[in-house]
Amino acid sequence: MILNLFYFLAFLSVICSFMVVTARNPVHSVLYLIITFFTIGCQYLILNAQFLAAVHIIVYAGAIMVLFLYVIMLLNLNQTTEVHKSNYAKFAAAIASGLLLLVMVSSLKGADLLSNALPQNSQVGLIENLGKILFNSFLLPFELSAILFLAAMVGAVLIGKNEVK
Amino acid sequence: MLAFIIYKFILVLIVFLISLGIAAYSTYGERKIAAFLQDRMGPSKAGPYGLLQPIADGVKMFMKEEIIPDVSNKWLFILGPCIAMFTACMTGVVIPWGRPLIIGGETYALQITDINIGILYVFGVVSMGVYGIMIGGWASNNKYSLLGAIRASAQMISYEVAMGMSIIALVMTTGTISLSEIAAQQDHGMWNVIKQPLGFLIFITCAFAECNRAPFDLPECETELVGGYHTEYSSMKLGFYLFAEYINMFISSAVISTLYFGGYNMPFINELGLANNVLSILGVVFLFAKIIFFIFFFMWIRWTLPRFRYDQLMDLGWKKLIPLSIFNILLTGAIMIAKDLL
Repeated sequence: MILNLFYFLAFLSVICSFMVVTARNPVHSVLYLIITFFTIGCQYLILNAQFLAAVHIIVYAGAIMVLFLYVIMLLNLNQTTEVHKSNYAKFAAAIASGLLLLVMVSSLKGADLLSNALPQNSQVGLIENLGKILFNSFLLPFELSAILFLAAMVGAVLIGKNEVK
Repeated sequence: MLAFIIYKFILVLIVFLISLGIAAYSTYGERKIAAFLQDRMGPSKAGPYGLLQPIADGVKMFMKEEIIPDVSNKWLFILGPCIAMFTACMTGVVIPWGRPLIIGGETYALQITDINIGILYVFGVVSMGVYGIMIGGWASNNKYSLLGAIRASAQMISYEVAMGMSIIALVMTTGTISLSEIAAQQDHGMWNVIKQPLGFLIFITCAFAECNRAPFDLPECETELVGGYHTEYSSMKLGFYLFAEYINMFISSAVISTLYFGGYNMPFINELGLANNVLSILGVVFLFAKIIFFIFFFMWIRWTLPRFRYDQLMDLGWKKLIPLSIFNILLTGAIMIAKDLL
C-alpha cells in the first residue's frame, strides 16, 4: 500500500519535473514545479516526517515559488520574447547538470537502501525529536547554516538597495 | 472502522456546511454593519429584516452570464477561483471546535484531525491561498488583474513573515504547535492573549493582510485597479472569489479565538460542575460567539479605517511588524529565563 503510494508519487514528480523543463510557457513551468514540490512533500509524509513536509510546502511551494511566479509575471515572458541561448551555453549546461546527476547517483550508491527503505515507524521526523537532535547532536552545523542564511540575506539587501550618492 | 469513517465524514460535512453558512450570512452581516455605521437601513426587502438576501445574491450569481475572455488561458482562468475556494475550506479540519463528547463510553473529538503540526498546517494552507489570486489574475490577461495579482502575492509573502514570527513567541510560551493542545492548555491557565498581547496585535494585523481585508485590500482596490484580480471574472467564478474571502475571514477568526482567546473555553466554567457533554456543547457555543465577535471586528475595521497606500503597507509589514515581532520573541525568551531563575 505504502510502496504503491510511493511509486505513484515518484511517478508524478518525475512527470511533473519533466514538464517543468519542456513546457514552453514559463508560468506553466512554475506551476508544474509547484506540483513537483507537493509530491515531494507527500514523500516526507510517507516517511512520517510531518514537520519537514509542512516546512517544505511552506518554504518552497508557499514562498519561493510565489516569488518565482511574481518575477515571471512582472517580466511577462512568453514564447516570442524568450531568449535563445547559444549552442555553447546549452552544451555547458548539459555537461554541468550531467555532472551533478553523476554526483547524486554516486552518493546513493554507498547507501544501504534496502534496510531503510520504509522507516514508517521512525519518530525522528516529529518536531520534538527533530528539535532535540538539531540542538544537541548537530548544534554547530545548525548554527553555521544560520550564519550562512544571514550572510545571504545581507547580500540580497545590499544588491537590492538603491545606490544613494 | 466504518463507524469511525462515518463519524469523521459527518464532522467534515458539518464543518463544511457551517463554513459556507457563516460565510453566506457574513455577506448579509457586512451590509447590515456597514449600513449601521453609515446610518442607513441596509438590505431589508428580501424576507424579514432582509434575512433572505444571501440566498437572493446566490441565485443572482448563478443566473449571471458566464464570460471567459477569449485571450485568457481557459484552464488556469477556471483553476484560479477553484484554488481560492479549496484552500479557504481546507483549514477548518485542524481547528478544535469543542472538548470531546463522550457518548456511550466512546470519546468523540470535535476536531476532524488532530495533527501535531496544526499551526504549520494552517500556515501551509494560507500560503497556498495566494495561488488562487495569482493564477486567476495572470490568466485574465488584463493589466489591472495582473497588477492586483502581483500586489496580492507581495503582500501575502511580506505579512506571512511577521505572522510566523508572532506565532513563534506563542509556541515558546505554550511549548506545542498542536492546536488541540493549545486550546486545552487555556482551559486551566490564562488565555494566551494575556501572556502574548503584542504577539496577538501583530497576528491580527497580519490576519487582516492575509485575508485581503480592508484596510489592506489593495489587490482589489477599486479606485486604482477597477476590480483588481477579479476584474475579468463574472457569474459564480466571481462569487467563489468573494465567498472565499468570507470563508477565510471565518477561519482566521476561528484560529485567532483558538490561539489567543481560549478556543472553546470560558473562565470559571469548570467551577459550575456541569456534565461533560453539556460542557462540550457550551464550549462550541462559546467558540462560535468568539468567532462571530471577531468577524464583527473585521467588518468594524473595514468600515472605520481608510485603505493604506501600497508603500505604507510594505513599510508597516517590513519595517514595523517584523522588528516588533523579533522584539516580542526576545522579550518572551527573557521573561521565560527570568521566571526560571527566580
